[in-house]
Amino acid sequence: MNVLVYLLPMALGLGLAGLFAFLWSLKSGQYDDMDGAALRILPNDDLPNEQ
Amino acid sequence: MPETVDLSIFARPRGDGVSQIELALEGVSCMGCIQRIESGLKALPGIVDARLNFTNRRLMLAWRDDASGPAQAIAALERMGYRAHPFQADGAEQEEVRQARWLMKCLAVAGFAAMNIMLLSVSVWSGNVTDITPETRDLFHWLSALIALPAAGYAGQPFFRSALAAIRARAVNMDVPISLGVLLALGMSLVETVNHAEHAYFDSAVMLLFFLLCGRYLEHAMRRHTRAVAGNLAALKAQTAHRFHANGELVQVPVSALRAHDRILIRPGDRVPADGVVIGGRSEIDDGLVTGETAPRAVTTGATLYAGSVNLGGTLTVRVTAAGGNTLIDEIERLLDKAVASKSRYVRLADRAARRYAPVVHTTAALTLAGWLIAGASAHNAILTAVAVLIITCPCALALAIPVVQVVAAGRLFRQGLFLNSGDVIERLAEADTAVFDKTGTLTLPEPRVVNTASIDPDLLQVAARLALTSHHPLAAAVARHASQCRPYDGATEEPGRGVRAMIDGVEARLGSPEFCRIADGFEGADHPGRSVIAFHHGERFTLLTVHQSLRPDAIATVRALAALGLDLHILSGDRDAAVEPVASALDIASWRGGLTPADKVAALEAMKAQGRHVLMVGDGINDAPALAAAHVSLSPVSAADLSQAHADAVFLGERLAPVLDALATARRARALMRQNLWLAVIYNLIAVPVAVAGLVTPLIAAAAMSGSSVLVTLNALRLSRSTKSAAAENRPAAIAAIATEAPA
Repeated sequence: MNVLVYLLPMALGLGLAGLFAFLWSLKSGQYDDMDGAALRILPNDDLPNEQ
Repeated sequence: MPETVDLSIFARPRGDGVSQIELALEGVSCMGCIQRIESGLKALPGIVDARLNFTNRRLMLAWRDDASGPAQAIAALERMGYRAHPFQADGAEQEEVRQARWLMKCLAVAGFAAMNIMLLSVSVWSGNVTDITPETRDLFHWLSALIALPAAGYAGQPFFRSALAAIRARAVNMDVPISLGVLLALGMSLVETVNHAEHAYFDSAVMLLFFLLCGRYLEHAMRRHTRAVAGNLAALKAQTAHRFHANGELVQVPVSALRAHDRILIRPGDRVPADGVVIGGRSEIDDGLVTGETAPRAVTTGATLYAGSVNLGGTLTVRVTAAGGNTLIDEIERLLDKAVASKSRYVRLADRAARRYAPVVHTTAALTLAGWLIAGASAHNAILTAVAVLIITCPCALALAIPVVQVVAAGRLFRQGLFLNSGDVIERLAEADTAVFDKTGTLTLPEPRVVNTASIDPDLLQVAARLALTSHHPLAAAVARHASQCRPYDGATEEPGRGVRAMIDGVEARLGSPEFCRIADGFEGADHPGRSVIAFHHGERFTLLTVHQSLRPDAIATVRALAALGLDLHILSGDRDAAVEPVASALDIASWRGGLTPADKVAALEAMKAQGRHVLMVGDGINDAPALAAAHVSLSPVSAADLSQAHADAVFLGERLAPVLDALATARRARALMRQNLWLAVIYNLIAVPVAVAGLVTPLIAAAAMSGSSVLVTLNALRLSRSTKSAAAENRPAAIAAIATEAPA
């Protein structure tokens, strides 16, 4: 059962990391424009040589 | 006349010399628009940032204060083909956004806690049937407690607060048994953990919160979505007024910036932006939106104007009077106050269910405790069983049963172009057994139409329509609607109150009053109430166009379908009998009354209410507002006056009357599903409670039963959207198109 010593903190740590990542993304407004985000990925204007 | 636009009341300083403004945009439809708008605006001098929110079609614009700012941006947008309207989120909408974020945070915390505790719980459950050591189990239980207690303390707040508020008001709502169940489950689990027991219910408590928060968040998201669209519509509809500055300069300002004693200019075709008294000019005024009267009223110096009327004739100078400074609006305000105050607070189906449910559950738990004590069980075991009963009956399915149906139904209605102001509208709509319609602008279209197009030479109509494009007159707008291309003739000039003329192909053409077109009187139908005749004259050729308020295109079919649904139909109009009668007979509605004041309408509704009817009121005018507030449930077309929309329970878009029918049909179906869901929840309890009373409930059973019933109820609610998906999908483009074209120019 010694494996629990590091498995448990790891599981909880990962969970907490996920929670904080989500709260951060919520706070930074990433869910404010769900439809726009789906469209903004489409244009290729970040590729300089594309013409 | 030089004119500047003053948008300063919408701008907000952001610090460091930068101000920002929010604009509601029309015409944004694709990804290309986002790029075009943002890059186009950022290229302008002085614009610091432009970001388009595609979900709610709003543009956030930031500019350096020394630059010319939003006015040039709006002009640039206009050149790109988008119309922008300054927008300011009202307090209610900001509050919704704040609430939704808070709920989302609660949901995130509850989700995290539920996942991690379930991880530990599954280990305990499988360990209990194999070889877990008591020490490891205790460790897992303590860890669960460590996660569950703070998480529930945070994520449970929406329920605890609402339950506390209800208890303080000496009432019971659904949140009381929920809060009790969660707190008892946590408390008991903690005691059991201290005593090294085999079972703890931390997972049940937190999972319960997670499911309930999902339901609550969905409900909120629905309300927020409709409010955002309604806010945009309001911004698109919001008018500007032409105000004289002290130095005589004319400035275009938003209506909200008008104050009493301001002097404003009202041009032909403008809507009167505020109540006032005419101090210069003479004209004719269409009071259709205010009183329902369709015949124009002649006004001159000293006459009173009401906000919402349309100026048909000449240019007027008006002094704004203080709000409530005139008798008609005062009367309506007084009636409104009374109607709102006397409106019996509707008790939602969910709260009615909670009132019956909570006592039953709590009595069952108490009886279980007493029963086990009498049967000789230890106090510890008896309490454990009683608490297990409370946990298993915690109304998870019951609390989801109604919101989920509401969300699905509201989503469907939204796609059909109908926005609900609150969630319980659906329940109240389903109860309606009597429908009362206003005539002007509700059964008929808000703008007049040319009705004799069939008898006019199409070529001649085209020329007349293109000529009409130059005019600001509302009747000309009815003619201009027939223009196939939006290109006015060069050199066309308007003579206010008389007509437009231009040289077309070297021959003079005139469109306007028969005298203006030099056509002698003596044609039929000119004196018909609510009907106007426009003459058109081009060289040798001439024609007469009859313009009047026609019925909404699907009014007859919709009214028939409503009658077939078993509704009792009535028309209550402020217009004269002679104008109401033909509409009533065309629609086959036997019960109609004309010439009613706002007070008469309310009295008529009260009389129906006294007979025990549930009245659905559909109306648009300011004179309908008190009746809309007094009715059991009410709908307004989007062209309605602001005051009426504010007091209607739902607003529908577009030219068609069909949304009224859709709303009723969907509401009835939704209510049936809500009932089904409540019964499903009851059946779940009938099965689960005996097991709990017998003391056989383990945490595993509790978790399975709770999530099982929640999923079942949710799936049942989703049937509402599935059964009619094809119809909704067909209507979707129509609704969006309606939003795009809805804003009256």
